[in-house]
Amino acid sequence: MSDHKKVDEHTGTETTRHEWDDIQELDTPMPRWWINIMYMTIVWSIGYVILMPAIPLLNGYTKGVLDFSDRDRVAVAVEQMHADRSARSQELSNSSINEIIGDDGLYEFAVQQGKTLFGDNCETCHGAGGQGVVGYPNLNDQVWIWGGSFDDIKYSITYGIRAEHDDTRFGSMAAYGRDEILEPAQINDLVQHVLNISGQQADGVSAKRGATLFAENCSSCHGVEGKGTRENGAPNLTDTDWLYGGSAEVIHETIFNGRNGVMPNWNERLSADQIMALSVYVHNELGGGE
Amino acid sequence: MSDGKQKTKRGEAAPGIKKSRWEAKTKSTPVKPDSLYKNRTKIFPKRVKGTFRRIKWIALFAMLGIYYFIPFLRWDRGPDAPSQAVLIDFENARFYFFFIEIWPQEVYYITGLLILAAIGLFLASALFGRLWCGFACPQTIWTDLFIAVERFFEGDRNARIKLEKSKWTPAKIYKKTAKHIVWLLIAFATGGAWILYFHDAYDVMAHFFTGGSPMTAYVFVAMLTFTTYALAGFMREQICIYMCPWPRIQAAMTDEEALNVTYRFDRGEPRGPHKKGATWEGRGDCIDCRQCIAVCPTGIDIREGLQLECIGCSLCIDACDEIMVKIGRPTGLIAYDTGINIKRRQDGKPSAYHLIRARTIAYALIILAVGAVMLYGLSHRSVLDLNVLRVRAPNYVTLGDNYIQNGYTVKILNKQAKPLKFKVEAVDLIDDPAGLTITEARFKKHGDKIILEVPANETINYKLFLAVKDVSSLSDREDFYFKITDMSDSNNTQQTPTVFVTGKDK
Repeated sequence: MSDHKKVDEHTGTETTRHEWDDIQELDTPMPRWWINIMYMTIVWSIGYVILMPAIPLLNGYTKGVLDFSDRDRVAVAVEQMHADRSARSQELSNSSINEIIGDDGLYEFAVQQGKTLFGDNCETCHGAGGQGVVGYPNLNDQVWIWGGSFDDIKYSITYGIRAEHDDTRFGSMAAYGRDEILEPAQINDLVQHVLNISGQQADGVSAKRGATLFAENCSSCHGVEGKGTRENGAPNLTDTDWLYGGSAEVIHETIFNGRNGVMPNWNERLSADQIMALSVYVHNELGGGE
Repeated sequence: MSDGKQKTKRGEAAPGIKKSRWEAKTKSTPVKPDSLYKNRTKIFPKRVKGTFRRIKWIALFAMLGIYYFIPFLRWDRGPDAPSQAVLIDFENARFYFFFIEIWPQEVYYITGLLILAAIGLFLASALFGRLWCGFACPQTIWTDLFIAVERFFEGDRNARIKLEKSKWTPAKIYKKTAKHIVWLLIAFATGGAWILYFHDAYDVMAHFFTGGSPMTAYVFVAMLTFTTYALAGFMREQICIYMCPWPRIQAAMTDEEALNVTYRFDRGEPRGPHKKGATWEGRGDCIDCRQCIAVCPTGIDIREGLQLECIGCSLCIDACDEIMVKIGRPTGLIAYDTGINIKRRQDGKPSAYHLIRARTIAYALIILAVGAVMLYGLSHRSVLDLNVLRVRAPNYVTLGDNYIQNGYTVKILNKQAKPLKFKVEAVDLIDDPAGLTITEARFKKHGDKIILEVPANETINYKLFLAVKDVSSLSDREDFYFKITDMSDSNNTQQTPTVFVTGKDK
């Protein structure tokens, strides 16, 4: 750096005296207000440090005169949200399904909450969209073992199926082979009969013998025509919908070992309004409700 | 820097100068180092009369009038929509502009508007330089208004300069206080008018002064009051020179044929005072009266040529013309002209004005094209929209009676101010209407066509299930349309493509 001022000929402005490939930078002075704004920000920051939480200390931080805390505000907001929700929840558990359906806000609240609850509690067995897997029913179709009305669904969710509750839904498919109730040959005949009534290919002679056996052993639950009864949770055997499978092998397995799938009673885990929301979701949004 | 210079000199001090004297001298008058910062030189623009001043007054009143009074205009949109002609309704996510109503989905109209604004600026620049800065920019308009207020209380240029230098007397205190009060009132009206664009103007007027408006309203009014007061009262040309990006962009947008406020030095030079009756031979028309400098709101000398600080307000043209008339010379020593014309005249050629040239034609065409697209879009704007989202978990469901079912979330946008009923059907899927059932989840309406209600001015979601009895004629993924038709107006219809999955390939 030389000590001589260098003035740009063209503009009459002093230069910074740095030169890059013959290009010099003009040393145009900044406007005074610019630096004043910087001073103002410094004053502001002092005020900020005094008023607001600012400086970290070894254990804690300076709280500031205003005692402002984002964390506290979140806590208050969460509290508020719970209060708002509990009013809605209260309304939900006191309403009938028709009232819920008739109220835009309440229905939306029930569906949104139901969707979350379904994801948290039901998806593991029934699948993400309630499409079910072997042994766990599909909730999207209109085939319902225990009934697909809103009240039926709500009852199943509340008390469960073959669960540990006095009011649980109960029906038992005995293990006809394992417990030696029927002879192996008789079981084969029954399998042929079930194949026959479900519209599949079957051995006519064997199936005929099976029909007699069916009337004696199975019709009390599955009905004389094998169309099932909901009060016993006995599925319809004449349709194409199978909980465990409709092939000869699987039907044999079912009759031989019995089937007693369990769904827990959710009344101990979920509150009344949550069960309400979940029932609305399953009944309306999954598409199978009656 | 200067200190160092002095030291070197002192070190070299020499023949004939005693060291002690030198020191005494430097002590009594220490050399002040150059400041890194430049204080604002206060500008006292002189009042001027003339064509351009008149145009500027008209522009000022027109634009401030538009700004302050538009929120009070009404526009009937029926009982379900606000009746304010221009309203940016953030709460309900709507923008209303007379007959135009824009939903958040249609924000691309804003893009179009911004393109038009930008190219409009480019075109104005290519034609007449900083037309925007000089006549239409809010900074210029409010500064102009504030200067008028200042002049009303403190008098014209010379009186103001005198007042500025004078001691504080009751008269000075009165003048300054009155000026600032009026400034603050204008600034408050500016901030106040701003919030009227976001809520019903009459409603805001009724509640604002009783403390019934939301906090944001007061914050915005306070902010805009402060910025108007500070920017138009104190910052003025500093905004144009230091803060605004436009002068820099302008440099790229202008060309040698763009008309700018120009001092025609080919006619004005050599300048100098002129005695009445003396000859005009051998000298220029500029009598160096400095009126162009006195009226300039940015305090520059236009005779130094086109410069960044010039906002193209044309007041120097008025000032110069007035003088030219007085001294009996033709007007237009300062005028809208180009540097290249000056050169042409110096070369003995006539002036030439090329307003229509490649650049301006291109800008005009872009404006026309974008304007046409927007006009088409607005006049053909659909008042109905339908979005379909297929449910993917489960992809499809086999029902007990062999129907195959798919789920869809259907979103209907009814942009009309009345509730409507829509017939919903699946078209291009299967021919036999009896072989298909649409079921709505919430109300369990079902049939081969169903009727759904959509409230006025709303978007509503419905979950639908579509079940097909016989999928033998369909592929694994069959394309079809959901179609909705307004029950009251069969022309108001919309269809959206989606897919029906049969699961055949599995």
